[in-house]
Amino acid sequence: MAEFIVDKDGIKRYLVSITVNGNKYTKMVKANSLLVNFLREDLNLTGTKRACEQGDCGACTVLLDGKPVNSCMVLTVSVDGREVTTVEGLASNEKLDILQEKFIEHSAPQCGFCAPGILMSAKALLMKNPNPTELEVREAIAGNLCRCTGYVHYVEAILDAAAASQERKDG
Amino acid sequence: MRLPRARKGRMGKMAKEFSYLNMKREYSYIGKSLKRTDMLDKVTGRGKFTADLKFSNMLYGKLIRSTEAHARIIKIDTSEAEKLPGVKAIITAKDVPSIKYGLSPARYDENIFCIDKVRYYGDKIGAVCAVDEETLYKALKLIKVEYEVLPAVFTPADAAKEDAPQIFEEYPGNINTEIHLEFGDVEKAKQEAYYVRTDRLQGQRTLHGFIEPHCSIAYWEGKRVTIHSAHQSAHYLQHHIARIFDMKEGDVRVVLPYIGGGFGGKVDVSGLDIAAVALSKITGQPVKMFFDLEEVWYNGRARHGMDMKYTTGVTKEGKILFVESETILDGGAYTGLGIASAYYAGALLTVLYDFDNYRFDAYRYVTNLPPCGAQRGHGQPHPRYAFESHLDHIAEDLGIDPIEMRLINARKANTVTPNGYEVKSYYLKEANELARDASGWKDKKGKLPKGRGIGVGNGGFVTGAGYCMYRTDLPHSVAMIKVYDDGTHAVVYTNAVDIGQGSDTVLTQMAAQAMGYPYEDITICTRDTDLSTLDFGAYASRQTLMAGWAVKRAGEDVKKKILAQAAEMLKVKEDGGYRFGKLTPEELDCEEGIVFVKQEPAVNITFAEVARAYFVKHGVLIGRGYYHPGKLGGTHKGAAVGTSPAYSSATQVAEVEVDMETGLTKVVGTWDVHDSGFVVNPQLLHGQVHGAFSMGIGETIWEKVVFDEKGRVLNGNFAEYRLPTALDMPYVESLVLDTFEPNGPWGVKEVGEGATTPTLGCVANAVYDAIGVRVAELPLTPEKIWRGLKEAKEKGGK
Ligand code: FES
Ligand code: FES
Repeated sequence: MAEFIVDKDGIKRYLVSITVNGNKYTKMVKANSLLVNFLREDLNLTGTKRACEQGDCGACTVLLDGKPVNSCMVLTVSVDGREVTTVEGLASNEKLDILQEKFIEHSAPQCGFCAPGILMSAKALLMKNPNPTELEVREAIAGNLCRCTGYVHYVEAILDAAAASQERKDG
Repeated sequence: MRLPRARKGRMGKMAKEFSYLNMKREYSYIGKSLKRTDMLDKVTGRGKFTADLKFSNMLYGKLIRSTEAHARIIKIDTSEAEKLPGVKAIITAKDVPSIKYGLSPARYDENIFCIDKVRYYGDKIGAVCAVDEETLYKALKLIKVEYEVLPAVFTPADAAKEDAPQIFEEYPGNINTEIHLEFGDVEKAKQEAYYVRTDRLQGQRTLHGFIEPHCSIAYWEGKRVTIHSAHQSAHYLQHHIARIFDMKEGDVRVVLPYIGGGFGGKVDVSGLDIAAVALSKITGQPVKMFFDLEEVWYNGRARHGMDMKYTTGVTKEGKILFVESETILDGGAYTGLGIASAYYAGALLTVLYDFDNYRFDAYRYVTNLPPCGAQRGHGQPHPRYAFESHLDHIAEDLGIDPIEMRLINARKANTVTPNGYEVKSYYLKEANELARDASGWKDKKGKLPKGRGIGVGNGGFVTGAGYCMYRTDLPHSVAMIKVYDDGTHAVVYTNAVDIGQGSDTVLTQMAAQAMGYPYEDITICTRDTDLSTLDFGAYASRQTLMAGWAVKRAGEDVKKKILAQAAEMLKVKEDGGYRFGKLTPEELDCEEGIVFVKQEPAVNITFAEVARAYFVKHGVLIGRGYYHPGKLGGTHKGAAVGTSPAYSSATQVAEVEVDMETGLTKVVGTWDVHDSGFVVNPQLLHGQVHGAFSMGIGETIWEKVVFDEKGRVLNGNFAEYRLPTALDMPYVESLVLDTFEPNGPWGVKEVGEGATTPTLGCVANAVYDAIGVRVAELPLTPEKIWRGLKEAKEKGGK
């Protein structure tokens, strides 16, 4: 458990050290701090969205040690010493991730509010299963709700990204 | 193919490459799936939505909501909350103007905060702001409201009872809107009809289901206030805030960041916007007001629950002679856009089908539930569902194929409806034929095994409302295009609102086409009343046509100036010059950033060079355009709702599989054929159709807002409301008819809302086809289907 200090009202603040998108951040947080708020408020990484705050919509999806989680359901203290990747960490320098490229090509997002979450779920899928079937893609993003697109271009874009990265590897 | 820029000394080659310009050709920038202007922002997470914005010294605020459905407010005690460190201000009705507001001037019936009584569980009593969210939630818990509870009504049937409690003094009998319209002679047509049938069906109260909850941030600078909001119309928000606070519109600046979907749910001025303005005035600090997701359910303003009864008479061949319809709407507590919803419920049936005699009666009741308003396809999806079901029954009774029935009755282009709407392009018949062929209808209808079914539904929508929501003579859309001094970039200004549908992209494409200037060298400046130009915003599927006209005209204005300038320049070209002497602008054209002589495309110059020369001589190069629909058809009371410069039409077919044991429905295939006029960006159009299907399927099978006996929402979250997921989506085929709308720029008309209107009907008809029982109430849950099957069995039905 992370170290903590107690203020004069008896409220504990924990010292956490979290690597986000490759950068290490050391901060004091309350026990009730949620990862989504930590990212958005403390680190100003507002690419991760907050909507339902109860694990239904997936707009807040980030990768925690490479696995997709709803960051609204994760306490910041529990992430101490671990690695988080947000949508801001997908591209390296100017180079977009293949998923981002394909999202653009297919005009997958519309309003785009769900897009960061879907990107992270898709990223997690392709990391563990580079060659998914359409059903596997749908299952992987079933926890990411989107009201605009019917998921059609999203599914196409993710399948296309998988195919393209396979090709790149083979070629 | 991209054309190379003009270069001096490459004339022979250029002439060849430009030769196609004299032929009937494809456009350079429209009719193409160009990349969206907003994609990079949206896939990198750097695009800002309202909740992503922070201002220094910003406070956080929430509304104080009623915990009774109908009650007199006796006392509001905020003293404990005020003592809490970090609480900056608490306001109630006494701190804000007592003016009533709404969206339809005829029914401004909502106070900023309830003055005398609350009218639904969740009604607005006041607002609090504090230094952070945690303090804010603590403060809310400390506020005590004492009520004298009044009896409440939760259904139109209860609201209509003689001794029902009266929710508003101004709506006796709880009737908020009453409509009685008749066109032609229904009674006479009744005598002539070969067959008459009546059906009654129910549509449920639903929710828009956008993922981004509302959020609004306001701050003051002197006498001016700036509001950042998740809203569908910068103009209406500006107009209403100015009206409510008795300010000049020019003193209200509205900025709309990226908007996480709207579907009609971000058209009303929400309590958040008003409270943010009031609280930031009092505190002198920026205030961010936001809804938790459940509050989005309490805010409501979505599709009305509707009870619809249709009586239709037809000839032996199935031609409709008359339709008589009665619709009862559950309006919830206030009006908002509800009068328009009530009129829309009856207005557009006559556009779809060609018949002369029509009676439409409607009653919109107020109840003690969150207010209803507009949701994608405003007022259409439920009546379409009911009528399309009804029409299927008539077809079945007469032994006519459902699609044949629609072909017999489909309206044709260049006709006028009995209620006076002028319909220009209209290809519903062709849409039905293509949908029939694409879906394999003939091989499936009547030939599928029990539990599997296919159904058809028709729909369509207005392309923009013919009138502003309040009375004004302002043009509906205004645009401006500014070219940089050296001609290397242009900016399109318009307050058209991209809520995800892609209007920024489509309008940029149109600007590029009209100017003859590269798409990738244009950016769009939108959604800011200080920086950009008037537009009524995203509702009634109006942006592509209305903002499109304004942008097209602004682009043509730029082009006109460029050609005039080029005419002076080209005749003095050094490299051989122009052979025919002095040029006139009419002899020139401009495409893809190159100005050329139409007869001799080899003689050309870049747009940028010409623009720079213009700038040196005249100063800034600006093009201007605006659009006003003018006087449109329809003279009856309420004709302003439904009249439009253009009407889309659409046919959808759905194939479903119903588990006869459990009643579980799975949609397995869907086909949409849209008569959308000229399509500016096919990829975006298909995106609209996909989203419409997903919403429509959700509304047909799962979605419904459920309340308990106190008027509390029972399923105010995505999981229990049951928004469709990626696993629920069937195979979707989106097809377009190549049509042309004379009232639209380049022949465009709408798709976004029209595509939602046939879905409920077509899926419901497919379910009927699968199980042989009509479940006459949405949503078609497994339980209702199971009960329907059980009853039919007991009755020994088919
Ligand atoms: S905000 Fe975390 S799942 Fe919806
Ligand atoms: S693109 Fe709008 S919610 Fe997915």
